[in-house]
Amino acid sequence: MLVKMLIAGFGGQGVLSMGLNIAEAAMLEGRNVTYLPSYGAEVRGGTANCTVAISDEEIASPVASSPEFVVAMNQPSAIKFQHHIQSGGLFFLNSSLVETEILRGDIEIVHVPANKMAEELGSPKVANMVMLGAFTRKSGVVEFDSVIQALRHTLGSKKKLIDVNEKALVKGYELY
Amino acid sequence: MRWSAPRLPSRSTVSKVLMDGNSAIAEAAIRAGLRCYFGYPITPQNELTEYMAMHLGRKKGCTFLQAESEVAAINMVYGASLVGARAMTSSSSPGISLKQEGISYLAACELPAVIVNMQRGGPGLGSIAAAQSDYFQATRGGGHGDYRTIVLGPSSVQELADMTMRAFDLADKYKIPVMILGDGVLGQMKEPVEFKREAPEITPTREGTLQGAGGGASRIVKTFTSNPSELEEINWSLFRRYQLIKKNETTWDTYMTDDARLVVVAYGIAARIARGAIKSLRAKGLKVGLFRPVTLWPFPDEPLRELVKNVRQLLVFEMNMGQMIEDVQLALAGKGEVSFYGRPGGVIPAPDEVGRVMSRLYYQKGLK
Amino acid sequence: MKLIYTRPESLKKAAFHYCPGCGHSVAHRLVCEVIDEMELRGRTIGIPPPGCSVFAYNYFDVDMAESAHGRGAAVATGIKRACPGIIVFTYQGDGDLAGIGTAETIHAANRGENITTIFINNAVYGMTGGQMAPTTLSGMKTTTTPYGRDPATEGRPMRMSEMLAPLEGVAYIERVAISSPANIRKAKKAIARAFRMQIDNRGFSMVEILSPCPTNWKMTPVQSWKWVEEEMTRVFPPGVYKDVTEPENAG
Repeated sequence: MLVKMLIAGFGGQGVLSMGLNIAEAAMLEGRNVTYLPSYGAEVRGGTANCTVAISDEEIASPVASSPEFVVAMNQPSAIKFQHHIQSGGLFFLNSSLVETEILRGDIEIVHVPANKMAEELGSPKVANMVMLGAFTRKSGVVEFDSVIQALRHTLGSKKKLIDVNEKALVKGYELY
Repeated sequence: MRWSAPRLPSRSTVSKVLMDGNSAIAEAAIRAGLRCYFGYPITPQNELTEYMAMHLGRKKGCTFLQAESEVAAINMVYGASLVGARAMTSSSSPGISLKQEGISYLAACELPAVIVNMQRGGPGLGSIAAAQSDYFQATRGGGHGDYRTIVLGPSSVQELADMTMRAFDLADKYKIPVMILGDGVLGQMKEPVEFKREAPEITPTREGTLQGAGGGASRIVKTFTSNPSELEEINWSLFRRYQLIKKNETTWDTYMTDDARLVVVAYGIAARIARGAIKSLRAKGLKVGLFRPVTLWPFPDEPLRELVKNVRQLLVFEMNMGQMIEDVQLALAGKGEVSFYGRPGGVIPAPDEVGRVMSRLYYQKGLK
Repeated sequence: MKLIYTRPESLKKAAFHYCPGCGHSVAHRLVCEVIDEMELRGRTIGIPPPGCSVFAYNYFDVDMAESAHGRGAAVATGIKRACPGIIVFTYQGDGDLAGIGTAETIHAANRGENITTIFINNAVYGMTGGQMAPTTLSGMKTTTTPYGRDPATEGRPMRMSEMLAPLEGVAYIERVAISSPANIRKAKKAIARAFRMQIDNRGFSMVEILSPCPTNWKMTPVQSWKWVEEEMTRVFPPGVYKDVTEPENAG
């Protein structure tokens, strides 16, 4: 079974590291995975996105024209990518920053006040981890344990950072 | 649901790492005994140069150098190869055009080197998106003069790593520049990859290279001669080596071709996309398969000729306006029927799109 | 009997193909004498350029490797980085070094590549038949400046020694002239000094040699040597432009 997800937002919101975390988690689970970031001038312009594909079989293309899951961390991404989602797909919106109304009735919309929840934790930077927690819970594409494991690997010896990121992950995970 | 602390196997039991194609090439090259890397920034291959800066530059006896130009970089590779070091450079389409001068000299002087081209859309500055725009340039030598380089066409991050190691071995074995022809997506995407060699402690030096004459006779590495028959012999000697490479090193891959009525011919990222399409169509009962040249030069024309004894209809799929199709047609010399589907400019078609083209052709040609 | 003059060991027993009066043969011999005297033959690689001196490998009895036009400094960089124990010199003309290879030259110098460049400045492209070089004098007639080099449209002669000397990677630059026995002796000293810099890992060293080209200048050998002395040195004054071991020339 092949699933594809697209994660988008402003540069600096940690959308690429969210995607990487999911990809690492899938790899830890022994599955095939591809991760493709937007690159070059597009990124320099201030918006970033990445595509992750996970499958138990070979993955033909790392590009997603109609992903099952889209995460929009900001308003421009919500507007740009709302029409890309497959029918029946999930649309994760960072409701702290996204005000636009999504008019599609064939997808499920998941509101996550990621920035607000991160601020409540005292570290606004981990909004992406709040979203990642909620995404993991709601999408079920990877195990939450694998996400934690991947995070610990990425951050290595930075114990303090791991703690705050884990807290945010758990908070997002427990939202739904 | 409350979450409790994970109990997963420790990471050390997983031998794979998630790595982008550019970095994977760099790591594989270091493990293949690379001593000198010379590069110049260009998207979408910068991760390769940056990885070398981080990991090769600090290695004992090794050199990372950001050259002032692509032209300088390839000529530095030439210098390092002259004295027996494993040397490489990497770039993307416009930069590879600039390197052609040096590649011609490497070929002429029978010097091994590895050149990576992470292709992007062209012509001109084009785009930074992935394309297969440089097939002609890569497989026809590329620069001036009558020469060839070995060209490898990987289609996954794992293959980028494996083929990088193979590229160095081939370069040394045949004293020839070897090009790895990737593209922007292969370079940028991350996939789990496993490295099959450990880096050597001391990077090897090829035997018989210039080191200063010592107490013996001095040697000359050159191609220029005012005697046409001398140069003719040089060309013949290169040609004989190319024939040997053709005989020994031609590599290809097939997927579900045994009972196929329609076979797609594609390489690199396009082959991978086609493979996905074939899998879906097979599930619907269409007898389709894939022929993938792995060495783009030498092109696997003999196996392709074998294939058309059983399959009449071929579809060449490339991310350009039709370049490899000329090799397919040359190989088949009028046998079989060859159709083409191409998306140039950096557009990456989805497997579904290629699948639609295939099934349309399948029904149009009455292959059902 | 005391031997006072003989063929240097690093110079092959071959008759030069250079024109009578040409400076290349003198420059070749000087480099070979220095290589012998400093006992460098066994660990030296020379990089000749396309141009009249492309055949330098027929004369220098040291390991030699051809370079693409203008890329000598890049090729030498590759050699030196891969094998720092090798002594590398490039032998380049003015079109090669100051025209098509300007970028390679400047950047190798700026990086302080530990290589030695012998720069033959004869103010024309020699082998291709005497076209204008970056160092062609203002008003000088060549096959591509048949009415004389016009600074208004073709620029003025480029002074490479002056340009390169301020770069911090440069250890030593001297301009000499092949125009008289005394100046030839000076040239040899400069070449030896340049190689010494490389042996001592000081950085980039270059000797610019003003060199006669009687054929393309359409002069007799004697006239051409005089022309170097009287005309070229006015635009390209000989002297030490950089010497990091001498406080007054340390730049």
